[in-house]
Amino acid sequence: MNTAIDLLAHLPFEWAKYEFMRNALVAVILVSPLFAVMGTLVVNNRMAFFSDAIGHASLTGLGLGVLFGLADPLLALVGFSLLLGLGILALHRFTRSAMDTIISLCMSFSIALGVVLLSRGGNFNRFSRYLIGDLLSITPQEIGWLGLTLLVVGGGLLLFYNRILLIGINESLARSRGLKVWWIQVLFVTSIVMVVTMNLSWVGILIINSLLILPAAAARNLAENTRQYVLFAIAIALVSGVCGLLVSYYADTASGATIVLVAMGFYFLTLALKALRQRFQ
Amino acid sequence: MTSDHHKGIAPHQCGQCCTHIDKISVTLDRHPIIEDVSLHLHCGELTTVVGPNGAGKSTLLKALLGEAPHTGAIYFHPVFGPGREDAPAVGYVPQSLDFDRFSPFSVSDLFATSLSRFPVPFGCRGGVRKSALAALESVDAGELLDRSLGKLSGGELQRVLLALSLTPLPNLLLLDEPVSGIDLPGRELFYRTVSELRHRFDLSILMVSHDLAGIASVSDRIVFLDRRVIAVGTPREVLANQDFRHAFGLDLEDLEPS
Repeated sequence: MNTAIDLLAHLPFEWAKYEFMRNALVAVILVSPLFAVMGTLVVNNRMAFFSDAIGHASLTGLGLGVLFGLADPLLALVGFSLLLGLGILALHRFTRSAMDTIISLCMSFSIALGVVLLSRGGNFNRFSRYLIGDLLSITPQEIGWLGLTLLVVGGGLLLFYNRILLIGINESLARSRGLKVWWIQVLFVTSIVMVVTMNLSWVGILIINSLLILPAAAARNLAENTRQYVLFAIAIALVSGVCGLLVSYYADTASGATIVLVAMGFYFLTLALKALRQRFQ
Repeated sequence: MTSDHHKGIAPHQCGQCCTHIDKISVTLDRHPIIEDVSLHLHCGELTTVVGPNGAGKSTLLKALLGEAPHTGAIYFHPVFGPGREDAPAVGYVPQSLDFDRFSPFSVSDLFATSLSRFPVPFGCRGGVRKSALAALESVDAGELLDRSLGKLSGGELQRVLLALSLTPLPNLLLLDEPVSGIDLPGRELFYRTVSELRHRFDLSILMVSHDLAGIASVSDRIVFLDRRVIAVGTPREVLANQDFRHAFGLDLEDLEPS
């Protein structure tokens, strides 16, 4: 990992001189494809709102971590988000209430609780790093951890890709094909939680969901089948990740949010291409 | 299992009772949905369940699929295919597949996600593609393989789902109002296909339908269900049944059963 980062220093660009930019670039290239692939499943299974709630729930996890005086709140963060994610799934299953109502309830609760916990003593500002994220502070060691998540979650996602996708098309159909729908959903929710919480500190709570959803939503405008869908999403995520990072360097803006804006640009571009294609068909 | 239930039924091809439904009852929130339903389904035969709205027709299918908790027992006696007695292979064609029609999801993706665990983003393996094509061709839909699932017509979608439910070949095929929302030519094609499959694969098929005109000619047996089994027999017998004629308003017209 370190050698890859060092090699980038030979690039003939001004930004390549800075170690924080090289680290950030490697992190973006590592994580974008994972976000894209997971995004295709999240969008197809109509769970965009769900992953949004997971991101926001981490505010509470953070608060709990601080309350219990943990040096690194990541553990509390993962734990609480997982609890909330599986809680939403279970509530939906056992109360048969509409999914969006349950998510909305759980999200309001966890945001309120999070703000209450973190604002205790009156310095909420300490935590704004988690709200907007700080890609440039990522260390090679953290990149190593990201790579590991990528390997584990990405591998699991590919292993279960077909089954998760079929459940997203129609649950009854999936069940009649012998799929254990509930357990596969639990697995999928766990992997969403892992990806969202592991990347929170550098992307930020406010925009992490856009990074997950936008490439897939843009790819959907052009793709005709699953293979194209995933390939387009990966390409869009990578290009907007790298472009967004470089733009943020020259414009001196928050990199996570800049990446999201570039991805948004791709979304409108694909939307226009789709409209054009329909006109000439 | 050699009791009266074989009376008046054309001799079936394999000579075995493939599925034996024994006193199934389903209760939902303390309300009985179906009570004491017993049926024998034979290989090579198409049995159609008819009944008024709320008669429990779909619930019966759900019980057979293992989706609705029920009392009573269902025995499968597979004579071919991958099924085992304890884990039967049941094929299912839903009423109308409720899915996002804008999903970038092709017919070939549907087969690949259902038949294989090799991740679809990496492409569809040759063997899977071959068996998908063979299944589609058996329902006259070979040309649909690379079409987008969301852009199919109602009749095309039902034939694709029928082809999927036949891969791998099930012991029992369940069709839940398969032709509702399909135009007349589409219906006729669907019935003709199902009719052929029944004989070619010696399948036992259980279909729920409202389409009285269509089912009389295609069914081997008709079950009139209204929470309980009210009448069972050949189409001619059931269509002559007074309760049946009353329930469907046929006693008002002086029509001879066809």
